[in-house]
Amino acid sequence: MTPTTYTLNFGPQHPAAHGVLRLVMELEGEIVHKADPHIGFLHRGTEKLIEHKTYLQALPYFDRLDYVSPICQEHAYILAVEKLLDIQPPKRAQYIRVLFSELTRILNHLLNIATFAMDVGAMTPFLWAFEEREIIMEFYERVSGARLHAAYIRPGGVHKDLPPLLLEDIQKFINRFPKVIDDIENVLTENRIFKQRTVDIGVITDEQAIDWGFSGPMLRGSNVAWDLRKSQPYEVYEELDFDIPVGKNGDCYDRYLVRVEEMRQSIKMIEQCLNQMPKGPVLAKNPKVVPPTRLEMKTSMEAMIHHFKLYTEGFHVPKGEIYRAIEAPKGEFGVFLVSDGTNKPYRCKIRSPGFAFLQALEFMSKGHLLSDVVAIIGSMDIVFGEIDR
Amino acid sequence: MSSVSFSALIDLFHEILSPDLIEITCDFDEPVLTVYAGANVRILTLLRDNKKCRFRQLVDITAVDYPEKPQRFEVIYNLLSHKINTRLRVKLKVDCRASVSSVIGVFPAASWYEREIWDLFGISFSDHPDLRRILTDYDFEGHPLRKDFPLSGFTQVAYDSNLQRVVYEPVELNQNYRSFDFLSPWEGMLQKTDTEKAS
Repeated sequence: MTPTTYTLNFGPQHPAAHGVLRLVMELEGEIVHKADPHIGFLHRGTEKLIEHKTYLQALPYFDRLDYVSPICQEHAYILAVEKLLDIQPPKRAQYIRVLFSELTRILNHLLNIATFAMDVGAMTPFLWAFEEREIIMEFYERVSGARLHAAYIRPGGVHKDLPPLLLEDIQKFINRFPKVIDDIENVLTENRIFKQRTVDIGVITDEQAIDWGFSGPMLRGSNVAWDLRKSQPYEVYEELDFDIPVGKNGDCYDRYLVRVEEMRQSIKMIEQCLNQMPKGPVLAKNPKVVPPTRLEMKTSMEAMIHHFKLYTEGFHVPKGEIYRAIEAPKGEFGVFLVSDGTNKPYRCKIRSPGFAFLQALEFMSKGHLLSDVVAIIGSMDIVFGEIDR
Repeated sequence: MSSVSFSALIDLFHEILSPDLIEITCDFDEPVLTVYAGANVRILTLLRDNKKCRFRQLVDITAVDYPEKPQRFEVIYNLLSHKINTRLRVKLKVDCRASVSSVIGVFPAASWYEREIWDLFGISFSDHPDLRRILTDYDFEGHPLRKDFPLSGFTQVAYDSNLQRVVYEPVELNQNYRSFDFLSPWEGMLQKTDTEKAS
């Protein structure tokens, strides 16, 4: 510490900290010399808890990581478990998963853009976006019974088939929704204040973004066209037609533009899912993993036994190690699973995109003003549930 | 997925890394290299800079605890190459007193991952400029992800109205944590792989 600098403590309870971030900053006037993020205020020991639960009981923990985009995380975990078990979900289940992953992407980006805008001074988009989020969460509720923590994607498919008229309502929603994006863009994209706060702030080049382990919109904002949905496609992404938006300058403004365009691409994908949604079962035929229906249980002794065993002992997963990653709205969300052949995971490491972003905060904010740090945090799209785990 | 054939990649690893390699295995189409613990910096640098593979991105570093083995911990580096669209895991086996060289010089992103492993497993990293705890509380004791650390931990916090501050106390549970052993002695629920079925 030089005589001209002073230390400022920011958070852990601060509206612009997006949760419980504590930043210990060294400032000279308003210029940031050092920013040391202290994390872990929301550490719940998820990985330790998962080691003590069966594979099915471990699933709901994933909703509680990044609590603004729940279904995507279940998806990564289930993909890893399914690969170890060597089971394949039916086509309809895959379409439902993709449909809800893309709805979740809109859910997440709406929150991010709205809170980012509020951090730099625009209140109105926040109110609009939260209204739309509520509608998407209603779709969540109709398929899973819960607005947020859905636990909807299960090994072998999805928990229940779609209720009647849901697809029609999603269709109505996406017909109307582009207008909302246009409204938000009208307020923000060419707004002089918004641009002054975000253009050329927190610039990160493509090389630096790769070195710091960035993924998702943070990487694409720096002009790297890398998206796991295209490069390592899972489920039915190969059959869908969509584009990957990239930014040019790698600043906060470009990351905002990438997210807006991603919402439009998601609408395109949802539309295709609705049109191509096949009929059929939503769970694989595998009585050792997939619970029997109520009707089967009433008529078949074997189904009854399977039901009892599945909800007490759970299913056994063959020995092995696997890493599976998906393109979550924030970036690459991965699950590294070590199975020892029993009914509980031996080790489950959760790789969250936000952890890598926040690590680069000091690098990105050095030399910027204190108020720019808030803009950089906003554009990083960090949620502490997944960083602290 | 990958634009380079798997066997070509294996040959490349043998060619550039041979003295430090212990073995190459394959888990679900992804190569896994087990290497000598002392060679991690050299190997990651070679993998990053080799023009044919270019594993430029460090996705994650993690560890697994096997208390019954003489070399208790596995440290796993998870790498990604955008160029050839391939993932790779590099594995080191270390015991609990060993210290692993930090790879911050190769990948700046390694810093927090190494701090996390130090915090949760107690594996120390030499040459790390700032090896503090990261996820657990200030002044926390112990390494929670070790298998011998109990799920309920050792301390709990409560607000003491006399002292008017939060105090730490030994954990007191009204009901003991019960870990049910549902493992059946029969093979009923086992998933058999194709090779087992054939035999």
